[in-house]
Amino acid sequence: MPEKNEPNLITINLYGKRYRVPDNMTMLKALEYCGYAPTRGIGCRHGFCGACAMVYRIKGERQLHYCLGCETRVQDMMYISTISYFPLEKQAYKLDELEPNADMIMHLYPEIYSCVSCNTCTATCTQGLDVMGYIHDAQKGDFKACAEKSFDCIMCNCCASRCPAGISHPEVAMLARRLNGKYIAPEAKHLTERVAEVKKGDILEDVRTLMAKSDDEIRELYNNREIEK
Amino acid sequence: MYPEYLQLSLEKVAEKREANTALQPERMTAEEKDVLLKGFHPDYRTDQYTELRAGANKGDKVNTELAETLMGRARIHAGDVNLDHIDYDVDVLIIGAGGAGCAAAIEADNAGANVLMATKLRLGDANTMMAEGGIQGATKPTDSPAQHFLDAYGGGHYLGKKELVYKLVTEAPECFQWLNDMGVEFDKEEDGTLIAIHGGGTSRKRMHAAKDYTGAEIMRTLRDETRCRRIPCLNYAACIELLRDESGNIGGAVLINTNTKELKVVRAKTTIITTGGSGRLHIQGFPTSNHHGATADGLVLAYRVGAPLLFADTMQYHPTGAAYPEQILGALVTEKVRGLGAKLVNADGDVFMHPLETRDVAAAAVIRECSERGKGIDIPGGGQAVWLDTPMIEKIHGEGTIVSKIPGMFKMFNKYGIDMRKEPILIYPTLHYQNGGIEINEKCEVANTKNLFASGEVVGGIHGRNRLMGNSLLDVIVFGRESGRQAAARAKEVDHVGRLNLDHVAEFEQELSDAWVDTGVVSPKLFPNYKANFRTYLDTSFSSDKADEQ
Repeated sequence: MPEKNEPNLITINLYGKRYRVPDNMTMLKALEYCGYAPTRGIGCRHGFCGACAMVYRIKGERQLHYCLGCETRVQDMMYISTISYFPLEKQAYKLDELEPNADMIMHLYPEIYSCVSCNTCTATCTQGLDVMGYIHDAQKGDFKACAEKSFDCIMCNCCASRCPAGISHPEVAMLARRLNGKYIAPEAKHLTERVAEVKKGDILEDVRTLMAKSDDEIRELYNNREIEK
Repeated sequence: MYPEYLQLSLEKVAEKREANTALQPERMTAEEKDVLLKGFHPDYRTDQYTELRAGANKGDKVNTELAETLMGRARIHAGDVNLDHIDYDVDVLIIGAGGAGCAAAIEADNAGANVLMATKLRLGDANTMMAEGGIQGATKPTDSPAQHFLDAYGGGHYLGKKELVYKLVTEAPECFQWLNDMGVEFDKEEDGTLIAIHGGGTSRKRMHAAKDYTGAEIMRTLRDETRCRRIPCLNYAACIELLRDESGNIGGAVLINTNTKELKVVRAKTTIITTGGSGRLHIQGFPTSNHHGATADGLVLAYRVGAPLLFADTMQYHPTGAAYPEQILGALVTEKVRGLGAKLVNADGDVFMHPLETRDVAAAAVIRECSERGKGIDIPGGGQAVWLDTPMIEKIHGEGTIVSKIPGMFKMFNKYGIDMRKEPILIYPTLHYQNGGIEINEKCEVANTKNLFASGEVVGGIHGRNRLMGNSLLDVIVFGRESGRQAAARAKEVDHVGRLNLDHVAEFEQELSDAWVDTGVVSPKLFPNYKANFRTYLDTSFSSDKADEQ
C-alpha cells in the first residue's frame, strides 16, 4: 500500500513575496495554492502550449533557470517570476508566394544573421531543443533541418527573451516548418488522388448508399466489418 | 521513479511482458460491451445527474456540474452596459480562437468578410493544441469515406446525425490537402505516403499524425495563418453574453477584458461559437486532460439564447490519463501509445482487454478492473490505476521507436524519472471530451436561432454518444471551415442589425425563478477556481512569519 501522502512544506518566493507550499506541486499549482487565480500566463497545463513560461533562481545559486510552470516541481528557496507574454517580431507573409531559400529569410528575418553564437537560446529552451542550431540552419536556407530541429517548439518564447541579437526564434522556426510541410516534404500522391476521386463524386455514392440503410443493417455491417491487420 | 511498494507488481508485469506482447486478445462482442458500459461507464451513473429545469432541454438530465452551470445566473443584465455604444462593428464575430475558430476565420476571410476573433486567453490557446494522437481521414486506397462513415457512426452507437457524419468523412481528404498546403507537417514515408495507424474503433489504418504533436502542429499552423492574414483577434477578451437585436436575431456579443474587467460591445451580422469543451468542470470529480479554459462557456451562451443541446449528457473519459506522478494527474497519454502496441495490464500483470476498443469501452474496462475485479494498483495520494505496458512498443517496433514516434509522452514521464521505454506507466480514465453540445445542421447553423453558428467541440451530433480518436481534430477542421464559409455568406445577406438587447437574460432568469432554481453558480464560468479548493483543504499552512526578502 502507498504511504500516506503528507506533503512536506517548503519556502518559495513568488513575485517577491514568500510563501510556504507543499513540495510535490508544480510551480503553477503552487501559484494557485498561494491564492492566485491566473487568467494569463496559463494555458493547457500539460506542456503543449507555452503559456506558463517561468523564470527562477534558487537562493544562493548563480544560475538563472527558465521552465514551464505546469511541468516543473517547486524546490525550496525558489525565487519565481512568470513571463506571461514576451514580444516577438512576426512577419506577415503569403506562403504561396514564398520561395524556400536563404534570400527569402534574409528579407523576412534579417536579424538572424546578427546571431553572435552565444548559444544562450539553446541553454534557455524549455524543450531542450538545439535552438541556435536551427537558427544557423535557417541562415543557410536549410529549412528541412530547421523544421526538424524545431519540431517540438511550443513557442513559450523564452529563447527570444534572452537573445542579445533580438531574434524571434520561434517565429523563424514556424516559417521553416510551414515551408517544409508545403514545399520540401514529398507530395502524398494517394491524397491527391483521393481528393480528385471525391471531387468526381462516385466514391460518395457508396457513403450515401450506406447512409440510406436502416440502423439494424448498419449495425450488422459494423459488427462484422473486417479490421485491417 | 516508482515507490517501493509497486515493485512486486512491476516485476509481474515484466515477467509476463514477452507473452503479453505476443498475445492477441479477443475483441468484445456487442453484448459484452453493452453490459460493461451500463455497469461501469460514468455516463450511466444516474446519481450524478440533475434535471434541467429551464431552457430548450427542460426535462433532460445532464451531469450535475454542467446542469448547475447551464442554470447559472448571468454575469451581466440589462443596464450594466450601454448597448448603443458599439465598440466593434463587424461582419463575422468568432468567439473562441482555437482550431475551429481559426479555421472559420480563414474561410470567412477568404470569403471577403470583415472578421473579428475574441478569446479569453490567447489566440491558439485551446484543446486543439493538446490533441496528440492524430487526425482521421480516408486517404488510403485501402480505405474509403464509406468505411470511415461506418466506423464513426457505429462507434457513436448509431446516434450521430447522419448528414453531419457524411460531411465529416467526405470532406476529410480535402481538409488534409488544405492543411498540407498550409504547411502542416504530417508524418510521411520517404516517397510521400502518409503514415497511418489504427486508433480505437477504426477498421482501417486511418490515424494520421505529426509525431505526437498532431493538434499542436495543426493549431500553430492555423494560428500563424490567421496572423499572416492580419485577421484581428482580441486576446484576454471573454464573451460573457450573446446579444439579440429587435427582431430576435443574434447580433453580436458582450466581451469582458479579463485583466481590466472593461466591457466591450460587438455588433456582428453573424456570430460563430467555437469555444470548445467543458473538462474543467471536473464532471463527477474526474481529473481532466483539458485546457485551463474548457469551462462550457459556449454551451451556456447558446443555451441562454434558447439553443437546444444534443447529447449534452455524454462525456468522453479518455481511458488513458496519467495517474502517476501526481504532478501530471489527468494529463493525456495519447491513444497512439496503444496504437503502437502497448497493452493495458492489471496489478497481476495480466492483459484484460484488447487495446484498441473504442474509448468508452476501454474507459469502462479500466474502471471495472479497478473496482469490481479488484485488480487495480493503489496510487500514492489515493485512487487506483492500471499499467499501460509501454516497453512492448520497442519490443514490437524496435529500439528508438518511443523517442521518435511519441517524443512528447517520453518527455512528460522522463521529467519525473519514469523511463517509459523500460518501465510501464500508470493510467486511469481522465475527462477528455464533450461528446455532445449545441445542436447544429450541416451548415453549422445553431437550431432555434438566427445568424448564430457553431463548430468544434462545442457542438453535438457528429459523434453520437462516443467520439473516435482522431475524429475530433477532423471535425474541428471540417466544421470550423464550414461555419466560417456559411457565416460569411449569411453576413452578406444581412443588411441591418437592429438595436441590441439583453432581453434573453431576463427571460431565462425568469424561467429559472419560476422553477424555483438557484444553483448559486454564475456563468459562463470562464475559468476553474482551484484557489478555492486549496483554501478549503489546506488553509492553515499559508502564513509565514518571515519577511519577504528580495
